[in-house]
Amino acid sequence: MTASAITRAIARIREEERPVLIAAGFVLVILIIGTAYTMLTQGTAPLLSPNYLLQQLQTGAFLGICAAGMMVVILLGHIDLSIPWTLTTAAMMATAVGGEMAIPTGIAVGLAVGLFNGFGAAVLRIPSMIFTLGVDSVLRGLMVFHTGGFAPQTDATPLMRFLASGRVLGIPSAVFVWALVSVVIAVMLSRTAFGRAIYATGSREAAAYLSGIRTRLVIIGAFVCSGVCAAIAGILLAGYATQAYQGMGNIFLLPSIAAVVLGGTHILGGRGRYIGTLVGVILIVLLNSVLSMMQMPEAVRQIIYGAVIIAMLLVYGRNSKVTF
Amino acid sequence: MPSDQPFIQLAGVTKSFQGIRALENVAFACRKGSIHAILGENGAGKSTLIKIMSGVLAADSGEMRVEGRPVRFSTPAEAAKTGIVCIFQELSLVPDLSVADNIMLADPPKRFGMIDRRRQRRRAEELLARIRCEDIDPDALVRQLSLSRRQMVEIAKALGQEPRLLILDEATSALTSRDVQTVYDLLAELKEQDVACLFISHRMHEVEALCDTLSVFRNGRHIETFAKGEKSDREIVHLMIGRDVETQFPPRPEPRRREPLLEVKNLRWENRLKGIDLSVGRGEIVGLGGLDGQGQKELLLALFGVLRQVEGTVKVGGMEGVPASPAAARSARTRIALVPEDRKTEGLMLQLPIADNLLASAFARVSSGPFIDRAKAETAISAAIEKLRIRLGSPRDIVATLSGGNQQKVVIAKWLMVEPDLILLNDPTRGIDVGTKQEIYRLMRDLAEEGKAVLFYSSDYAELIGCCDRVSVMYDGRVVAELEGEGITEEAIVAASLNIAPEAAA
Amino acid sequence: MRLAKRLHSAALRNRAFLGALLLFAVFYLVYHMLHPRGFSSAVLIQNTNESVAIVFVAMAQTLPVLTGGLDLSVGAVMTLTNCIASELLTGTPAEMLFGALLTLACGAAFGCVNGLIVVYGRIQPIITTLATGAVAIGLALLIRPRPGGEVDDDLSWAMTNTVFDFAETYGLAEGGEAAWLQPFAAIPVPLLIVLAVVLFIWLPFRNTQMGRTVYAVGSAEGAAYMSGLPVERAKIAAFTLAGLFAACAGLYLAIQTSSGNADVTQAGAYTLNSIAAVVLGGTSLYGGVGGAIGSLVGALILRVISFYFRILAIDPLLQPLIEGVVLLGAVSLGALRTLRVKNRLELFR
Repeated sequence: MTASAITRAIARIREEERPVLIAAGFVLVILIIGTAYTMLTQGTAPLLSPNYLLQQLQTGAFLGICAAGMMVVILLGHIDLSIPWTLTTAAMMATAVGGEMAIPTGIAVGLAVGLFNGFGAAVLRIPSMIFTLGVDSVLRGLMVFHTGGFAPQTDATPLMRFLASGRVLGIPSAVFVWALVSVVIAVMLSRTAFGRAIYATGSREAAAYLSGIRTRLVIIGAFVCSGVCAAIAGILLAGYATQAYQGMGNIFLLPSIAAVVLGGTHILGGRGRYIGTLVGVILIVLLNSVLSMMQMPEAVRQIIYGAVIIAMLLVYGRNSKVTF
Repeated sequence: MPSDQPFIQLAGVTKSFQGIRALENVAFACRKGSIHAILGENGAGKSTLIKIMSGVLAADSGEMRVEGRPVRFSTPAEAAKTGIVCIFQELSLVPDLSVADNIMLADPPKRFGMIDRRRQRRRAEELLARIRCEDIDPDALVRQLSLSRRQMVEIAKALGQEPRLLILDEATSALTSRDVQTVYDLLAELKEQDVACLFISHRMHEVEALCDTLSVFRNGRHIETFAKGEKSDREIVHLMIGRDVETQFPPRPEPRRREPLLEVKNLRWENRLKGIDLSVGRGEIVGLGGLDGQGQKELLLALFGVLRQVEGTVKVGGMEGVPASPAAARSARTRIALVPEDRKTEGLMLQLPIADNLLASAFARVSSGPFIDRAKAETAISAAIEKLRIRLGSPRDIVATLSGGNQQKVVIAKWLMVEPDLILLNDPTRGIDVGTKQEIYRLMRDLAEEGKAVLFYSSDYAELIGCCDRVSVMYDGRVVAELEGEGITEEAIVAASLNIAPEAAA
Repeated sequence: MRLAKRLHSAALRNRAFLGALLLFAVFYLVYHMLHPRGFSSAVLIQNTNESVAIVFVAMAQTLPVLTGGLDLSVGAVMTLTNCIASELLTGTPAEMLFGALLTLACGAAFGCVNGLIVVYGRIQPIITTLATGAVAIGLALLIRPRPGGEVDDDLSWAMTNTVFDFAETYGLAEGGEAAWLQPFAAIPVPLLIVLAVVLFIWLPFRNTQMGRTVYAVGSAEGAAYMSGLPVERAKIAAFTLAGLFAACAGLYLAIQTSSGNADVTQAGAYTLNSIAAVVLGGTSLYGGVGGAIGSLVGALILRVISFYFRILAIDPLLQPLIEGVVLLGAVSLGALRTLRVKNRLELFR
């Protein structure tokens, strides 16, 4: 294949898929650099071992599930900043109730929060940025009050622990949960009327409304997706740590936004594919793990992390025409 | 003689938008101390012309000279420096700043690098006084002003830039009669000071009263320029309409009484609709005429369930009341469809694939349970593409890649998928090519023959004449004339649109 | 008569701001009445010290918001400059002054980079600042992997107490005993710092062509362009000034705590609180309306609420809950206008 053939091949790639491919290429680059590093320093290539990769996927599952929900909301041009404490609340409520009702309780929490967020964004039309921020604070308040500010003493149920840390056929069960959530969201986005209505509303709400799409319900539905995803992540994380704890969701908020955007979803809504979010999550998880394998101090990791986001978006931007 | 040199002179100016010629090889000049009217139908190219002169748009080709020197503006600021100031139809005011801030926006008086509010206020007061708007508080926010007051602020702002060529684009359309008189006086005063004025208006009597020179534009061409009084109103209207471009319209069936599907009585909304009576029968195409902005859009939106607190009686297919929302209009027993005004922001999700746009109203029809049935969807999409003969590469391409005409076909096809009984069309042929226009006329007639009711607003009078069984002409939120059959003539529509007696134009 | 009319219309225009001001005044008066040592200089000093950082961060957030954007890096820039300052505020007074100026310059430069990326890279402000925020935290951690610092003790004492203490520390005005100083002696220095920044940076900026362009861009970018305003430069200026104000917060935090701390959680909390303060202070998240003084008041409201927990026997655990409810309540009031919109299409713009 000549260089011009490659250029032509790239030109034929649809604009929407380009970020996904660039991100996937970057995942490969990370793997290569990481492997080269370990080969040079230790003479081994742990990065390429299936076991290591599965372990990465297991830790990536929490972020992956959060990002799946976040993506649905971002496709609308909204954002859900209440994910950290929706996640924590679901985890705390699930462990507090315990028994068979633990998981349904946690999911019900996510559902309720999603409905409330959707009400604020779609009916009151308060910018979701600020409304979900307030909801996050209220949830934090409720949970801090509920637990007295300490880690709750209740434990995760055996089922929660199994879902988070167990293995089926040698594969972590958390990966199965992530895969299930992924399939549901991906099918919903591409194959259902609701999914297509999300794209339509996010692309141009006025046009979607004038096409007879019930845009308010679509927005509420999207926030419910996000809330439920956060709740599932919380239930898993509580199972993983055997307990719920204060602030357990804080580390997921910004990376989940970053994963969605790196996957090519437009922050103003309307464009993006689920596969991109998946690649974005894997990219962030791998980047983190390679950097920690290189024993990079946290400081350098943060800088690289930020620089990668800016650099990749600049690359995406150069390829796509500016549209308003 | 130096005063004979035109202030601004254009030669060979051409401008296209996505393959549609908006201006073609235009030569035009405007003298100092002249009030020069530009006349033409909607879409004749007047707006494009003034946008090029004022630096908002750049011409594709051609030359522009100011006082003999060639110029090229890339921003409105550059044009303003040369003394060309335009009062735009869409306001260029910042709503959250005060009146004084806005008037002095581009070049406020400064002291020590900071804006001197006191001087700015005084200057704003002077300018407002000059146009007899002492009632406007310079400290009020523009957001708080009524449309007519904002228009006056816009004029004050233009005056503040000390124009040598002042362009007024329908600047009097929102004004009260007292303000209109003020603007007349002002223009006369500017004329004395050797300022050139370009005046764009649909109101013939204004042009009569004010201007010394008239230029007629049609279909992006400069047709003729002549001094006032050289031609009769009738001749001017004739020039504006132009007989040389005759569009082919499908034959109109014999007029007959039809069973009404839509009946509107005394429809009111805010201060835009002031008691509208209208009816549309099955199998009938009813046109809405009149100048832009006389309430036609609002009427269509009201019937489609977009407006809140609509008063009056509306009967659709025997059911009382307007639908509660577009979603309700789509799925009621008597289904209503709307092809909205702005294709790019209201009709289409530009960044989505053609297929998604086509299905946007009809997901329920191609789904089984929550899932979209791919086979059904494919069939529906190809049927729609075939029926409207949409020319495209693949339905998976984004809709923004289509030409304007094909985009509009997508909007129409989207709505035909839900098999509507009443079809509301808001200027569906604006900015699209002649071929597609004719296809749309044919389609409208076919739909009517199928027994559907069509309510059709158009800013192009020829379309109303060619397509409609009846035409209701609107003026200031009311239907002022109902024309039928042979009574639908250019003269009648133009006259009714200007709300003057037919004799004046005939 | 005319003055009254103008005052009236100004009041109508600044309803949200005046509401916030009234709320703060009531909260703060009641707080003093309930406080066992209310209306005393000691309480005032403590309160102002605890408010300065959030006030500056809220002011920082205001500018990008006025242009219709958002800056998720203000907390991180505060943290970064806090760490820089903790290294530089030692030595001779001249060295310390230079260090302080350098700190402020670093913050402004960081903000300027944000603006450049937003304008020329055409990346959405929220994503840009999300990423640069991470970079700022990383740099902060590099500078100060562990909390600590060598901030001059005298400086720290002088800047966080009354004018009298300041004069006494540095032997000015006869060690603080000069008669002319007495009317001001009890005023807390941090209060003066905030006032100075408002008077000498914010108000002048607001009254320049650039400041006005910031408002115009947020209100109607198209109209601003049509009127020939420097739209791109105004956006860059807004982010630069945001960096500068965030650096003020970081600098003061270093002085107040005598140390630097690259605390990620704290940075995030400050960013989120800054958005809340901006909204409470009457600045619209859509841009074009509001101002830094409003955000200042918004930040003070958030702070006063937290003071109450200390003096009343309220369970401090309720604090985040009450903060959240106040925020939701305040923004919901603003949402009432959507119920009055008659043309539903206007909701989408």
